Amino acid sequence: MNTKVSIAGVEFKNPVTTASGTFGSGMEYCEFADLNRLGAVTTKGVASVPWPGNPTPRVCEVYGGMLNAIGLQNPGIDVFCKRDIPFLKKFDTKIIVNVCGKTVEEYLEVVERLADEPVDMLEINVSCPNVKEGAIAFGQDADCLFGITKEIKKKAKQPVIMKLSPNVTRIADMAKAAEAGGADAISLINTITGMKIDIERRKFVLANKTGGMSGPAIKPVAVRMVYEASHAVKIPTIGMGGIASYDDAIEFMMAGATMVAVGAANFTNPNTTVEVVNGIEEFMKTHGIEDINEIIGCV
Amino acid sequence: MKMYEEATVVSVKEIAPLIFDMTVSAKSAKEAVPGQFAMIYPKNPSTLLPRPISICEKSDDELRFVFRIAGKGTKEFSTYKKGDLVRILAPLGNGYDINALKGKKVIVTGGGIGIPPMLELLKTLKANGTEVLGIFGYRDSVLFLKEDFEKFGKVYIATEDGSVGTKGNVLDAVKEHDIDFDVICACGPMPMLKAVKNFAGEKGKDAYISLEERMACGVGACLGCVCKTVKKDVHSHVNNARVCTEGPVFDAREVEI
Repeated sequence: MNTKVSIAGVEFKNPVTTASGTFGSGMEYCEFADLNRLGAVTTKGVASVPWPGNPTPRVCEVYGGMLNAIGLQNPGIDVFCKRDIPFLKKFDTKIIVNVCGKTVEEYLEVVERLADEPVDMLEINVSCPNVKEGAIAFGQDADCLFGITKEIKKKAKQPVIMKLSPNVTRIADMAKAAEAGGADAISLINTITGMKIDIERRKFVLANKTGGMSGPAIKPVAVRMVYEASHAVKIPTIGMGGIASYDDAIEFMMAGATMVAVGAANFTNPNTTVEVVNGIEEFMKTHGIEDINEIIGCV
Repeated sequence: MKMYEEATVVSVKEIAPLIFDMTVSAKSAKEAVPGQFAMIYPKNPSTLLPRPISICEKSDDELRFVFRIAGKGTKEFSTYKKGDLVRILAPLGNGYDINALKGKKVIVTGGGIGIPPMLELLKTLKANGTEVLGIFGYRDSVLFLKEDFEKFGKVYIATEDGSVGTKGNVLDAVKEHDIDFDVICACGPMPMLKAVKNFAGEKGKDAYISLEERMACGVGACLGCVCKTVKKDVHSHVNNARVCTEGPVFDAREVEI
């Protein structure tokens, strides 16, 4: 039975990774989940310098999901290279580093700093809805997305994944723009912009007013977008959005995803990622699937 | 590997309007120290996140939580019956440094739903011979947990409506009784914690305050529950410490509230 998948020449022992921002750099979760069992760990977004993030409250629950407006708090690339990469290298898993920035130059600075680091892939976050400058501005306009992808590909030593926003009119156009810019893969969906109002206090619950929605409630939207995006391009897709169990993961793969990422479900159960890996193996056994690659885009 | 556990409910009762007292039998009780909290996972599938609840009291094999119904999760916990299983992740956070308080004159104070975690603190300080007294602030004459505190010595009360004890807040009670102290440990609403921080600062005394913030993961990964700190935080180096991990108990001098 083969659970290995590969993207841009990088081979993963199984198709399961973590969704950026929900798993730190693995350090906080390594006590709860065996990182050696994961295909890859995708880190929290890292910028060229430390970012303080947004005021609190930054998170709240909504029906079947949650909103977050963390604002990409991160320690910056220097601390990340010194502390987080060596930590992750202790495990038998691939490392995907999520990169954020406010300008093209900032993204490039991080990409160049990572060039000689032992990381396997870069995921470029052009879809965070919670920071005012950069980020999503690059991910909501096909021309901008094409432009930044092209610039990053000129500098990047590792294969590049462009992480797409669902907050667009036509996701297929964005997938095509990333591919045309030279991306090696796409990942989607980032969170869907949402809002919650406290009716007793007549105030927004989040200090940022809006936040990105994640959790089981967004899964059908994510599956549809993964289907549309993956069928619009030849490069592989990493699917995410509300995955909480192995059957969710299988659904995304059948829609066209080569890999899948577990996000908010890590908060509901810190061992979700490993349980998804085990569940996929079990599903393959009971359904006589020899190679996981058989089911990718099979619908 | 660490993991959440399925604790068994021993008892649940309403001790004041909307305030419930739940004891569970849990292996993780053994390691808990005063000021720590547990993540309790609701069963309702429309809820995604665990609820952070402070530990009110502990023994080697039981944890006691006193919480107010604030939403769907706590409402569900209030309906639990003896023998029900409840998923918890505990103990979390730093808790109070009991050794640092030894040999000092300590005030333990709480306001409203910030009162429960101070029970285990008061009890532990008494047990190791620390000179400690409790001052608690309530809205009115519904004095939940007062008798539990009185088992461990003298307790002063302040009420907003003046129906019992000092009329006003816990600091009004400290002033009225002219209480001498070296350290004040506090948990309660933000205006109270700000007042405690300023009061201790003016007197040149130490204050340790227990902060509350909306959380998602409870283990330091999501960066949802940060508070502003004077020094650079250990995680992101941006003066934003995680309440769930570096806290919830902070030296009042080190946080900007």
